[in-house]
Amino acid sequence: MSDVLARVQGELAPMAQGASMSHGILVLPIARDSLVPVVRRLKSDFQFDLFLDVTAVDWPGEPLRFEVVHHFYSTRHFVRVRVKTRVAEQDPTVDSLVSLYDSARYMERECHDMYGIGFRGNPDLRPILLYEGFVGHPLRKDYPKQKEQPLVPYREGEK
Amino acid sequence: MTAPAKTIPIQRAEPSRAFEFISTKKDELIGWARKFSLFPYPFVTACCAMEFMAVSSTPYDTDRFGAALPRFSPRQSDLLMVVGTVTHKQAPILLKVYEQMCEPKWVMAFGACATSGGFYQNYAALAGIDKIIPVDVYIPGCPPRPETVIDGIMQLQDRIARQRHPILTKEF
Repeated sequence: MSDVLARVQGELAPMAQGASMSHGILVLPIARDSLVPVVRRLKSDFQFDLFLDVTAVDWPGEPLRFEVVHHFYSTRHFVRVRVKTRVAEQDPTVDSLVSLYDSARYMERECHDMYGIGFRGNPDLRPILLYEGFVGHPLRKDYPKQKEQPLVPYREGEK
Repeated sequence: MTAPAKTIPIQRAEPSRAFEFISTKKDELIGWARKFSLFPYPFVTACCAMEFMAVSSTPYDTDRFGAALPRFSPRQSDLLMVVGTVTHKQAPILLKVYEQMCEPKWVMAFGACATSGGFYQNYAALAGIDKIIPVDVYIPGCPPRPETVIDGIMQLQDRIARQRHPILTKEF
C-alpha cells in the first residue's frame, strides 16, 4: 500500500466502517451521513482532485438494498479510493457531491437514470442517457430483462 | 506569305443505318439508370462504421457500383444505409430522416444490429430497424465483410432493376 493510502486509511478509518484494499484501490465503506465529510477530507487533505465515477450495486433482498459506489483519483499521488455507501430501498438517496466536484452533476444524473438513486443537492436530475417518459430504472435487478419502451410506434405486423 | 492554316474539312456524315434508335421498356431504362446512381445517406451509429469506411475506400471501392458519394442531407439521397445499433432514443431521429428522403428511396440494414438488434435484447436497443421503417436489403455480419456489403449492394441493384418506376403518374 502506498504511503498516501496508508495515511488516508489511518485518518479516515474512524469515519468509515472498516477499510480494505482491492486491486490497489483503498475501499472505504461508510455511513450515508459521512459521505460528504469523508469526500471533503479526501479532496482537501489528500489531493483526490479527480472524481472518476459514481455508480450503484443492487443487492435484492438485503435490508440496505443499494450500494452507491464513488471512485476518486489523485492526480498528485496517482492512487485511487473507492467509497461505498449503503442506502435502503425506501429512501435511496445520498448527498450530492456537486458542491465539491462539478462533474458530479452529470455522473449523478446517469446513476439516477439507471438505479433511481436520489442525490440531494443536485439541481438537475433529468434523464441523461434515458429519455423523458421512461418508466423504471433499467439496471435494477427487478427491471424485466427484455422490457422495451419504444418511442416510435412499430409498423403494422411487427411485434 | 504564310500558307493558310490547314483545317479539317467539315463534311456532312452520311446517315447511318446502325443504332438510330433502341427499344426498351420504360421501367427497365429508369431502373438501369437508378441502380447505378445510388446516393447513400450514411446513418452511422456504431462500430460497423469502420467496415463502412473499409468498403467505401480504395481496395473495395463502392464507386464501381455508383454508390460512392454520400449525401449528408436526406433530401439529396435515395439509399438510407443504417450502419450500426439504433437505440430507442435514436429511433425518432431515424424515422425523421427516412421521412425526409424523397421518393424513390431504399433502405439498407447494415450489420446484425440494424437487422435484428444483434446481441442486444434489452431496454436500450431497437431490435431491428424494420420495426419502424421498411427495409429493402439486409446485410448480416458483426461487422459484415466488405464482400458481403458489395453483395448486398448488388442485390439491391437487382431489386431496383426489377422494380416498377412510376415517374409521371401512379401508373406510368
